[in-house]
Amino acid sequence: MSGFNRDMPSPEESFENAPVVLRLSGVTKRFGSLTANDAISFSVRRGEIVALLGENGAGKTTLMNILFGHYVADEGTVEAFGKELPAGDPRAALNAGIGMVHQHFTLAENMSVLENIVLGTESMWLIRFDHRAARTRIGKLANDFGLAVDPDKRVAALSVGERQRVEILKALYRDARVLILDEPTAVLTPNETEALFRTLKILVAEGLSIIFISHKLNEVMAVSDRVLVLRGGRLVGESVTSRTTRAELAQLMVGREIPPPSVAPATVGGPILTFNEVSTARTGTGTPLDKVSFSLNAGEITGLAGVSGNGQAALAALLSGIERPMSGSITIGGKPVANWSPQAALSSGIGRIPEDRHAIGTIVDMSVTENAISERYRTRFSRHGFLDWSAARSFAEEIIRDYDVKCPSPETRIRLLSGGNMQKLILGRALDSDPSIILANQPTRGLDVGAVSYVHQRLLQARERGAAILLISEDLDEILALADRIVVISKGRLSAPSARGERSVREIGELMAGHQDAALELAGAGNAA
Amino acid sequence: MRLEPKPQPSLAETLFYPLGAIVATFAVAALLVLAAGASPFSVFALVAKGAAGSQFALLETLTRATPLIFTGLAVAVAFRARLWNIGAEAQLYIGAVVTIVLGTGALPLPAPILLPVIMLAVMAAGALLLLGPAVLKTSFGVDEVVTTLLLNFIVLLFVSMLLEGVLKDPMGLGWPQSKRVIADAQLPRLITGKRLHFGFVIAIAAAVVTWVIMKKTALGYEMRAVGHNPDAARFAGIPVNRVLMKTALLSGGLAALAGFSEVAGLKGNLTLDLSPGFGYTGIVVAMLALLNPLGVVAAAIFVAGIFVGADAMSRSAGVPSYIAEVMVATALLTMVTAIMLTRYRIRWR
Repeated sequence: MSGFNRDMPSPEESFENAPVVLRLSGVTKRFGSLTANDAISFSVRRGEIVALLGENGAGKTTLMNILFGHYVADEGTVEAFGKELPAGDPRAALNAGIGMVHQHFTLAENMSVLENIVLGTESMWLIRFDHRAARTRIGKLANDFGLAVDPDKRVAALSVGERQRVEILKALYRDARVLILDEPTAVLTPNETEALFRTLKILVAEGLSIIFISHKLNEVMAVSDRVLVLRGGRLVGESVTSRTTRAELAQLMVGREIPPPSVAPATVGGPILTFNEVSTARTGTGTPLDKVSFSLNAGEITGLAGVSGNGQAALAALLSGIERPMSGSITIGGKPVANWSPQAALSSGIGRIPEDRHAIGTIVDMSVTENAISERYRTRFSRHGFLDWSAARSFAEEIIRDYDVKCPSPETRIRLLSGGNMQKLILGRALDSDPSIILANQPTRGLDVGAVSYVHQRLLQARERGAAILLISEDLDEILALADRIVVISKGRLSAPSARGERSVREIGELMAGHQDAALELAGAGNAA
Repeated sequence: MRLEPKPQPSLAETLFYPLGAIVATFAVAALLVLAAGASPFSVFALVAKGAAGSQFALLETLTRATPLIFTGLAVAVAFRARLWNIGAEAQLYIGAVVTIVLGTGALPLPAPILLPVIMLAVMAAGALLLLGPAVLKTSFGVDEVVTTLLLNFIVLLFVSMLLEGVLKDPMGLGWPQSKRVIADAQLPRLITGKRLHFGFVIAIAAAVVTWVIMKKTALGYEMRAVGHNPDAARFAGIPVNRVLMKTALLSGGLAALAGFSEVAGLKGNLTLDLSPGFGYTGIVVAMLALLNPLGVVAAAIFVAGIFVGADAMSRSAGVPSYIAEVMVATALLTMVTAIMLTRYRIRWR
């Protein structure tokens, strides 16, 4: 890499001289009438970080699946290091030196870091595997790239940030020269994200190339050298990062200007739901709640910030009625709840927007109508045990109309709906009965910008009419934009609430990382002194 | 080789693949027939003639289809809710035992009252037999495939014990068989002098009722929801465990009716060879019917036709009647493949 210097004032010019490591030419992929990728061409040069920006459904995943041979493109070619990759061969991309770190990690939890990294690289016929050589090599990689992780630790004992490092090491161990990271920051704390970005800079300084898939504009602006914007399966924009702006990218992504949600001052009423020292049982791998006390007030959005896996799932399960408290009590409208269940939650007036639209929120192989009535089929849509399908259908049509759900008909299977339309259906189902309490668990995750602002507006409307809303989100920007009051969850415990703007992003980040308020104050005092 | 989901299969595709499955089934069977040294076309013609070529053949096919409709319905209902009931065979035998216990003179009632009473008792017994595995599944996570499958052997040995003991017919010349049911506990024949009996009518009625339950009632909706995604169903407030219990009761009850219908309608007494695997064949029938209750009737008649036709064919053509089992098994495999192909596309690289 002759003359390549990261500190040069206009880095884009130096990339023009760097050799092309990956080139996609006219890649097109159709699924029936849908064109997921439409003649996409771009190239990645050695030593640059290219951000692939796009909403969900823009075609990012399809493109990566083609690159990795999981799908065969209808037209177009993929070239790595000057050689065309054979279509539809997953090994070809790996052998050519392209590595991928998936959003959902693909690690065996019951095995050690070392075993996970070498998994699949050793021959099946080898009786004894040379662990010492592997260990030395991993140690060197970890050292060179600032990816500190104990090779003998079991993956189950690692934090999310450490697991991601293992995934990156795994790719490097396989001699990856091009690294693709799919939404790598979705599960990280702000500080872990910064550490990841530092690692990425080291990697490209060493001559690797990185494709950074994201829909978070801040991060794309912070880390990338060049940005490619996908929309509706087409490459709609390509720009050197330093020559573009957030607003410009956002507009490219959605194709129109999106106004930030306008939040009117809240008219807060009394508490509707109160948690009193609630703890939950440990189930599976999730973090249980540890003596959590808080209340949700009418006409107020309470934002629950936190890194994924710190008890949000337990809290959401509790409010949805799926879990019962192990100790402590829940009071709704002044009355303690008994016989807690999803049914009880519904009849107590809780509207629930679950985190996972596919696995929990809907039954993807059933129709829009069948999903629309799923929370009320016994009370509203059946008589003497027989379902009133015509009432059910008109209810589904009502939701489709009122919540702008785009689908061919109420008989369409949910599976065929886009994420945004699925979420609008769930929103309609949850909000149609004007619930007094709303649980919105990651209501906009994976949605395109248009759908995000739609969901935000609906939540703000519900707040306007006096609903008490708990907004659980791993997207701090979303919480900062919407919440009237913020609490931070860490290791199953809640911080004291703070009003809008009371804590800085850094302070919230510290709380997310598990530092206590008191410790923070001490640190602050120390800095001041 | 990999599978890609298809967006939405067209009508042509949904028809083409199942038809292709039937063609493939006959192709495979043809090879075996050739290996046995006979002409496939004449053998298939003989099978068709033996299954539906005369009034006798047709009635025989419908008679054979009757227990298969019951066990097919039982499996279809259970599988719809993803309750893997492999124990229709056991439930069938329990139904037969209850029919013998109540129908050999213990209840001195006239037929119009006695038969419904026996039917209710039979359904209750079958339902309770499947309730056990269902409770074990919902409370302790015990795999119902294992429990229901093993119960088949337990129940069969239990029946064997009864037939050698308390239920043994003292006039049976020492054979392990029960006494015959009294006249009032017998289902009437549909045509005098022919074997087709009123059990067939009950089976059709059961299919219609089951269809109505699955399509029109809240319970059917719950069962489908639980079958597709129990987590999402639970989240929506559907009482998943209770639905599984109800499913088990319905499924067990339907399968037990097969035993009732065979004893009270056809055989008259209980022997250990009452069922040549009707419970297991019910799984094939349900799968061929894509778990649709009305489809079960058609699938049961199709499967019964192959068995009856093959019996007739083997007498005249000298090809073993085992060909029927090969054909039914192949039909299941090709049909499952066909269903997959209507939903997915194969990529060969």
